[in-house]
Amino acid sequence: MSNYDVINSNAPRVDTPAKATGKAIFIDDMSMQDMLYGALLQSPIAHGKILNIDVSEAKKLKGVKTVVTAKEAGLIPYGVSPARYDENIFCHDRVRYIGDEIAAVAAVDLETAMEAASLIKVDYEELPALLTIEDAMADGASLLHEKYPQNICAQVNQEFGDFEAGLKQADIIKTTKFKSKRQDGAFLEPQGCIADFNKLTENLTLYSSTQVPHYVQRILSMVLKLPIGKVRVIKPYLGAGFGIKAGTNTMEIASCLLSMQTGKPVKMNYSREQVFMFGRARHQFTHTMTTGAKKDGTLTALKNECYLDGGAYTSFGIATVYYSGSLLGGPYKLPNMKYDGYRIYTNKPACGAQRGHGGVIARACWEQQLDMIAEELCIDPIELRLKNMMVAGDITCNDFNMSSLGMKECIEEIRDSSEWNEKKGKLPKGKGIGMACGFFVSGAGYPIYRSDTYHSTAVIKLTEDGGTALLYTASSEIGQGSDTTMGMIAAETLGIPLSDFRIESGDTDFGVDLGAYSSRQTLMTGHAVYDAAKQVKEQILEVLAKELSIPVEDMDIKKGIILFKKSQPDFSKLREIYIKEHRGWTDNPNADEPLTFKEASRIAFLAKGIISGNGKYKPHQLGGKFKGAAVGTSPAYGCSAQIVELTVDKETGQITIDNMTDAHDCGLAINKVSVEGQMEGSLSMGLGEAMFEEVKFDSKGRIINANLAEYKIPTALDMPPVKAIVVESSEPNGPFGAKEVGEGAIMPTIPAILNAVYDAIGIRIFELPLTPERVYQAIADYKKRKGV
Amino acid sequence: MKQIINLTINDKKYEVAVDANLTLLDLLRYQLGLTGAKKGCELGDCGACAVIMDGKPVNSCLVLAVSANGKDITTIEGLEDENGLHPLQQSFVEKGAIQCGFCTSGMILSGKTLLDKNPNPTDKEVRSAISGNLCRCTGYQKIIEAVQSVDSDI
Ligand code: FES
Ligand code: FES
Repeated sequence: MSNYDVINSNAPRVDTPAKATGKAIFIDDMSMQDMLYGALLQSPIAHGKILNIDVSEAKKLKGVKTVVTAKEAGLIPYGVSPARYDENIFCHDRVRYIGDEIAAVAAVDLETAMEAASLIKVDYEELPALLTIEDAMADGASLLHEKYPQNICAQVNQEFGDFEAGLKQADIIKTTKFKSKRQDGAFLEPQGCIADFNKLTENLTLYSSTQVPHYVQRILSMVLKLPIGKVRVIKPYLGAGFGIKAGTNTMEIASCLLSMQTGKPVKMNYSREQVFMFGRARHQFTHTMTTGAKKDGTLTALKNECYLDGGAYTSFGIATVYYSGSLLGGPYKLPNMKYDGYRIYTNKPACGAQRGHGGVIARACWEQQLDMIAEELCIDPIELRLKNMMVAGDITCNDFNMSSLGMKECIEEIRDSSEWNEKKGKLPKGKGIGMACGFFVSGAGYPIYRSDTYHSTAVIKLTEDGGTALLYTASSEIGQGSDTTMGMIAAETLGIPLSDFRIESGDTDFGVDLGAYSSRQTLMTGHAVYDAAKQVKEQILEVLAKELSIPVEDMDIKKGIILFKKSQPDFSKLREIYIKEHRGWTDNPNADEPLTFKEASRIAFLAKGIISGNGKYKPHQLGGKFKGAAVGTSPAYGCSAQIVELTVDKETGQITIDNMTDAHDCGLAINKVSVEGQMEGSLSMGLGEAMFEEVKFDSKGRIINANLAEYKIPTALDMPPVKAIVVESSEPNGPFGAKEVGEGAIMPTIPAILNAVYDAIGIRIFELPLTPERVYQAIADYKKRKGV
Repeated sequence: MKQIINLTINDKKYEVAVDANLTLLDLLRYQLGLTGAKKGCELGDCGACAVIMDGKPVNSCLVLAVSANGKDITTIEGLEDENGLHPLQQSFVEKGAIQCGFCTSGMILSGKTLLDKNPNPTDKEVRSAISGNLCRCTGYQKIIEAVQSVDSDI
């Protein structure tokens, strides 16, 4: 039984009745009076110089209100990380991928805007399209960005401990190479926005489908040269994002420019094809890893080399290239780790952050290798992992503090609930079982720009009658359930029911919150909310203490009632005041009822005015001092272990996933049903990446499957039954002991599938996705090698 | 050239003038203000725009408004009544079957057409009934639970 009244339960989410009835308003459900529609002109070629841009025909078209190019937009560079601001709003001298934005049009309707965009004439001098890492790094290849020789956008070389010395201690050494494919986030809601610039007040409001209103606000202010106080970003309900909506997109800026020019609201949307063209999802990774282990299974050293196909711009890429090294620091004890990562510019849409940022493919490569080591040493894969597992309090070689770590418990849970010991190595031919582990941050330890900013703030205000508490954060409900989580933390802390809270979020006017990325909101926004609620509670109890002459420590608030821990005081005078204030109201308390929160907060209002709490949070100083130490440091780490069972049809190469079991340590689960939902969703995304997802290009750099039929994501028929087991540790740095769940659960999925495939057919596959063709080919090659 | 069509949406009769190339989805969303049906792809791939037309779920982005002339249409807005949420909507809320909610209207309508014919569907039957409705958030687990746990007496 939980000791809590609100949290640590299965709570129906506050936003879902609106979503179940079609009443929830998403960006494309909005419209404004006199609204114009915007359209973009995007490059039809992957690489070229712009010789001339002629907008005269477009401007002449009836219904067109304005056309903007780099001339109007200016050339202030922006991006995600200030260390690599390599984007301009519009291309002026160069286009770098099919889809690169050149101009935008606002017109009275969408058809006119699109027609006008097509009337803009651009003369190009085509350059060779560099579509692979090899082409981009070749001698003499042209540079996408002059500043970066060999098209190396970012390079990381790190060594923790001494890799060579570690390798010398090893009895067995394994080297494998592993390759993944570019992903698409494939959230169901295409990006959209409405910009509304008021020419009289010079206030700009952008409604946008963003995960990060705060960062968008800053970028808009910078590139549009507006004081930040004049820029407000509001996020309506969001049809998910998974990281792709965690940066500013061109459309967001373009719509603002168009609105500033016309003084009218301007709406813009990506089509599904444009969602693919904008990209910013998971990179294609090629890892080469060498791991050393002693005979008893003890890991001694890891060398990890990785090439990331970055696309035309950096986006989140600097963080990505660090993460694909740093996220192997745990959850196993690993004294020596060397990492060399290279992110390469190519003439394709930029890649960015996607669920499990940077770590997913590194994990897939390594966890498969660990199984190979286990096999050679005749150790059960689970035993190998348990042998090397870190425990709470351990610090990785790259300075991540595992302040809580229920990894062992996760492994035991999945092992027992899927009968691993009975099944491993004992299943009929063609059937396999595999497992893997992983961990992830609970929020990035540092903001994307260097700053001492609070990472989250929260305001709680009580209404003057005391009946309702209002919670305002600038956090982002993107589908993960953060509004409910924050409401639950607030309600628990203050001691009133969740239903007495009204929850507002996703608006830069409500405060500062870095947004929904790096699985940060439960821990970070949660802390700020806790802080605000505590302040409110203290203020109420202080007033009561004075009125009733009882020390604050002798009182508490629980379930909307004031508790007196020692003797029951006579509060009839307070009640009388309250009822007098509310004469004729139908919900006044009866004489025999205990003193309610409502009465107490009204009394507090009479004494002090509006009662409000002003919560804030930023992490304590984290991580090491080395270059790149900021990427991967976090106040806490969630972790997962997974088992996958599957069947391989050896004749066709078709894999059927039969079932999946995941155990995740999320610290204390605030809302258990949401925790399970995050786990189940992570597994389905991992399954898609493992089994079929791949963005494909033709020889000119055009995406050939920019739709949800040919870029296949899992349907209900592809998903097996999933068992989600919530493991709870107590995280000292989390609010009520809570930490992440949104991304960690995707970490083990791909390697667990790879390891199960090996168990089923005895063949290792080192490239994704596991399409029937690839699996069939692997079986055929194996037979040829073995001469059978 | 606009054409006049007559159709019933959520038991209400409409007479509207529509362009020949207007989709039913755009008619609902932008002309009639029924934004519950979502636009995820406009190609018939995602099911976010699903509505029930003469008893069958259809992707409204693939249906021309003119061809909906004379049809009886139910959108997500038509499920709630004076007693509150439809039992399937209630079940989606209670089982945690909704995350971002963008697929939800289509999911619920596909689920409803299944339950109308088959009040006690198997796991497999639910999976096939919603296989044209993509959900990127939930992994479908809780959606299937929600459809299966609707009280068949209601
Ligand atoms: S919008 Fe109709 S199926 Fe996707
Ligand atoms: S809940 Fe987000 S797509 Fe289904």
